Amino acid sequence: MTPRRWEDMVADRIFNLTLGPLQFNWSAQKFVDFYAAIADEAPVDRVVIGELVCSKRAPFYADRIPAVIERLERGGKQVILGSLALVTLERERRAARELFEQTEHEVEINDLTLMNWVRDETPFSVGPLVNVYNEATLAFLAEKGARLVCLPPELPIASVDALAKAGKGCRVGVEVWAYGRIPLAVSGRCYHARAHGLSKDSCHFVCENDPDGLATKTLDGVDFLAINGIQTLSYQFANLIGRMDRLAEAGVTHLRLSPHTGDFVAVTKVFADVAASRISAREGFALLSGANPEAAFTDGFLFGNCGAAALAPF
Amino acid sequence: MTVGQALELVCPAGTPAALRAAVEAGAHAVYCGFNDETNARNFPGLNFSREEMAEAIAFAHRHGAKVLVALNTFPRAGAFSQWSAAVDDCARFGADAVILADLGLLEDASRRHPGLRLHLSVQAAAANADAINFYVRTFGVKRIVLPRVLTVQEIAAINREIEAETEVFIFGGLCVMAEGRCSLSSYATGKSPNMNGACSPASHVEYREEGGALVSRLGGFAIHRVAAGQPAPYPTLCKGVFEAGDYKGHVFEDPVSLDAAALIPQLAEAGVTALKIEGRQRSRAYTEAVVRSFRRALNDHAAGRPIAAGELRALTEGQQTTAGAYRKTWR
Repeated sequence: MTPRRWEDMVADRIFNLTLGPLQFNWSAQKFVDFYAAIADEAPVDRVVIGELVCSKRAPFYADRIPAVIERLERGGKQVILGSLALVTLERERRAARELFEQTEHEVEINDLTLMNWVRDETPFSVGPLVNVYNEATLAFLAEKGARLVCLPPELPIASVDALAKAGKGCRVGVEVWAYGRIPLAVSGRCYHARAHGLSKDSCHFVCENDPDGLATKTLDGVDFLAINGIQTLSYQFANLIGRMDRLAEAGVTHLRLSPHTGDFVAVTKVFADVAASRISAREGFALLSGANPEAAFTDGFLFGNCGAAALAPF
Repeated sequence: MTVGQALELVCPAGTPAALRAAVEAGAHAVYCGFNDETNARNFPGLNFSREEMAEAIAFAHRHGAKVLVALNTFPRAGAFSQWSAAVDDCARFGADAVILADLGLLEDASRRHPGLRLHLSVQAAAANADAINFYVRTFGVKRIVLPRVLTVQEIAAINREIEAETEVFIFGGLCVMAEGRCSLSSYATGKSPNMNGACSPASHVEYREEGGALVSRLGGFAIHRVAAGQPAPYPTLCKGVFEAGDYKGHVFEDPVSLDAAALIPQLAEAGVTALKIEGRQRSRAYTEAVVRSFRRALNDHAAGRPIAAGELRALTEGQQTTAGAYRKTWR
């Protein structure tokens, strides 16, 4: 599959699909197997690889990354190297700088620390954890070399409308968070460690026991959030399968799908099929529900009165 | 004991009366915002009209204090001019600095008001020297309000590497998430600190008696329960009680507030320029008492005298306090 130019996608009302970086702590073998399946079978255009949440996890699979990248590229995917979300330690700063020292792959910045290393001639993309709320910020990043911006998931559709329009004006693709648990916050503190009576520095990597995050309930027993190391996610999965026409009308060029356990290749195929009108949104929704019967879905940030608003079944 | 470096005390003011009280109690600088969504404490009945801001700045200047205006939300798409106009007004009123977080607004302000001093809001969460150097180099930012995710040692290391002043929170409410990077409130209520300047807004809070207990809900989500008749804490989302696997309790943070008064000497040693007190939503009387105590503490520190911590502790009104991320074990 040849990566499609985003400009053409707007005309065709078909989205490019981006597989976001893995948010969770999976074993090296699970990591390799997941990306092998994506490389060989998933109809996605772009794959962002790299540790987003916790730099302590990276050494466990870092040596597998080159082979994973090679396989993804053989599968026709554009590979983007993603940065950490919260950079504080020396080694994290060094890793951030090194991302821009290589020129082979595009970089996705998830922390503005990376802006310190952006060079004028190097295009980059901007991940959803960078605060792009308005046209002026989008234009600033475009001027510095941003070619694609995944918008913060908390934006309402009115902001997406305005930013996708502005993106067209400054030749920046605009992506939205279309599937998966939504990143809500990052912290200096590790909540997985805290929930196990540990601290971040002696965490025993307890987050590896929760490959989709640790579900967090309210006092009423309502599923509410999911914790994942220093990150807090929504319990619900974003699912914009039924909103593609509206997003295309807004001028959104890319959809982001965020990795989870289960048959994720199937998830990517459903999005690709609906985007290409091979199946209806209703059929797509039924397939996604079938692939992940446990998941509760939401499109609340974009279309509801709050981020947790439940998606009406259709 | 050696004589310490003089630290600037930056105090909150949610109203003109609180600003006057803070200045009279010894604040070196006061921070405040307009009564709209341009600032991150956009609560009903709080903040300054344009006229009040102009008067407040003139008042502070007559008393030798500075006014720093927080325009630290992220301008809404399609409404950027509202934020941009607020920067213009600050420049016109002679504000000593504006405190900004948004890249677009920083760019706009630095281009159109090159003489206006820019501070980087904690909402920008610039947590290392590289991020800070980017803001300093690109926009000429003069001071960084550091996010509350750093230890004192990390703050010292940052100060060795940057060409700007740093300001840190010393007392008051405590965000446990990286500031400006948290959508928990909008997930539960639709109102976000970044977009609306409101976290866990009172409009979405509900207290209800259920089976002999008082349950606090935010956006309909039950996050606190106490025995009826007991004081119920305000249900700020990240201080709530949740169940995560086998753990039931304050998953994110206990209902504590920040009190790092004991760390004043270490923070000075770490090269910090200014200490910030949180609490623009607090009463005038509270503001006055806190400012007076901290000014005395800073005077003691500057003169090489030991700091009397007891008086400061009384201000937390029996609440639990923490030194937060300043101590590594917090993580």
